[in-house]
Amino acid sequence: MQYVIIGNSTAATFAIEGIRAVDKAGSITVISDETRPAYGRPLISYYLYGRIKLENTDYRSASFYTDNGVTVKYGVRAEKIDPEKKTVALSDGSTIGYDKLLVATGSSPLVPPAEGLDTVQYHTFMTMDSALALEKELSPEKRVLVVGAGLIGLKCVEGILDRVGSVTVVDLAARILPSILDEEGSAIVQERLGARGVSFILGDCAVRYAPGLATLRSGKEVPFDILVIAAGVRPNVSLVREAGGEVNRGIVVNDRQETTIPDVYAAGDNCESYDICSGTRRILALLPNAAFQGETAGRNMAGGDAAFDKAAPFNALGLFDTHIATAGVYEGEAYTDASEGYKKLFVKDNKLVGFILIDCIERAGIYTSLIREQTPLDTVDFELLKKNPALMAFARGTREEILTRRR
Amino acid sequence: MKVVYVNEKWCLGCHLCEYECAFANSGDTDIVHALKGKKIFPRIKVEEGDGVNFAVNCRHCEDPICVKSCIAGALSKDEHGVVRIDKDKCVGCFTCVTVCPYGAIMPGEDGKAAQKCTLCTQNLVGEPNCVRHCINQAIVFEDRG
Repeated sequence: MQYVIIGNSTAATFAIEGIRAVDKAGSITVISDETRPAYGRPLISYYLYGRIKLENTDYRSASFYTDNGVTVKYGVRAEKIDPEKKTVALSDGSTIGYDKLLVATGSSPLVPPAEGLDTVQYHTFMTMDSALALEKELSPEKRVLVVGAGLIGLKCVEGILDRVGSVTVVDLAARILPSILDEEGSAIVQERLGARGVSFILGDCAVRYAPGLATLRSGKEVPFDILVIAAGVRPNVSLVREAGGEVNRGIVVNDRQETTIPDVYAAGDNCESYDICSGTRRILALLPNAAFQGETAGRNMAGGDAAFDKAAPFNALGLFDTHIATAGVYEGEAYTDASEGYKKLFVKDNKLVGFILIDCIERAGIYTSLIREQTPLDTVDFELLKKNPALMAFARGTREEILTRRR
Repeated sequence: MKVVYVNEKWCLGCHLCEYECAFANSGDTDIVHALKGKKIFPRIKVEEGDGVNFAVNCRHCEDPICVKSCIAGALSKDEHGVVRIDKDKCVGCFTCVTVCPYGAIMPGEDGKAAQKCTLCTQNLVGEPNCVRHCINQAIVFEDRG
């Protein structure tokens, strides 16, 4: 059996482990357009922040690929899938055959077009190489303009703030982190970042760039020495689309991670999941989701029978000393508690469907589990849970089941 | 594998296990010196209710969601099934805290990395100190398959 995996990040790593859990013998080849072993992509900001050394960023041990009998082709791009011949054409001119193929191509930075963008140097913030390139330019007198006040932009800000002169963040949205926070939450986090010296220009966007200067829609001018564009990501779907596979916003897969092309699987930021919180199929570009999908794909590629049917958005995010944990959707009835940090729980149809926790993240997984398991709230002591996530809130029988046996 | 279980019928809610856990992981050999006047950061937590108490720590799950969710690859299961955190890799994002269904992983003392029970295999005690010192034998170290 010949397994080929395009991409070498989280989904690929877990797919390798998934394959090997079922098939110890088949050959596995990974095609990577990067030149280093898999690393935790979100670590790039922590590396710049000084929280982790470069040599510790590898996602697995040094012997991972040899231990698992994996050949990695580094610095090579997959250019075309031929689903009839079951081959993949590579950028080095070679072609590789597959019995089972995983497309784990992730996503790429989205760079909104703007006048004069071609006249300036800009950075994106997605790969270790992009972080290392940015790092080379950091120095204490430089003014940095970050376009994008989402997760990637703000983690970048955390990584570089103490290493540069000033940081200004511009976003078209009226508030920061709109994908994971509500208005009050955004205001809290923005104030914390502001207190550290980060400037925000919100509800505005750069319409024109010239070397060292961005002009915003409002007419405001922002001078910069370093420009970082972190305006979002787009899924890398073209290989599958061109091979005839169904693609919506992301690659369409079932809960076995099969695309509509026989023997071709997809996992990670390039494909959709059925989000149990919103009840829709959508891209959940989150690292744990890539891990679950990758492992599911790997097991199924090797002839196993795995299904990933508990997809839900959840995020844990630190920004300096502020810790944020969020999950699900912000619909239904909301319970707010600001006695310790900021907590908001969302309840709909007798289920917990979402939460926002700022500086009160302890034991947040108990809430996440209620969401993932879609536990009916009339079977637990929700009054207690509103105050604190606690296993005490479960009925004795349930508690016995979860605590007296290994699962 | 052997893990720590608590029989809530016998748990008195005395919190001694929390202190013994903090002591075991302090690296100190004197409990008074290790803990007196200090805020403790135990890896086992006692929940107290109306006539019911029980302690909770890592279950060392068969298929741990924390390991799959770790953005750094810092969490792993060792050859004995013990779920461990590599401190050199943990960046303190606390995704593991956000997913553990037992609430059994928590920020460590410095707030920069997560911590969890590793059954006292990484300290001088060598076997679960919470079990050794539970005054009502409510906490046990057993292989229940």
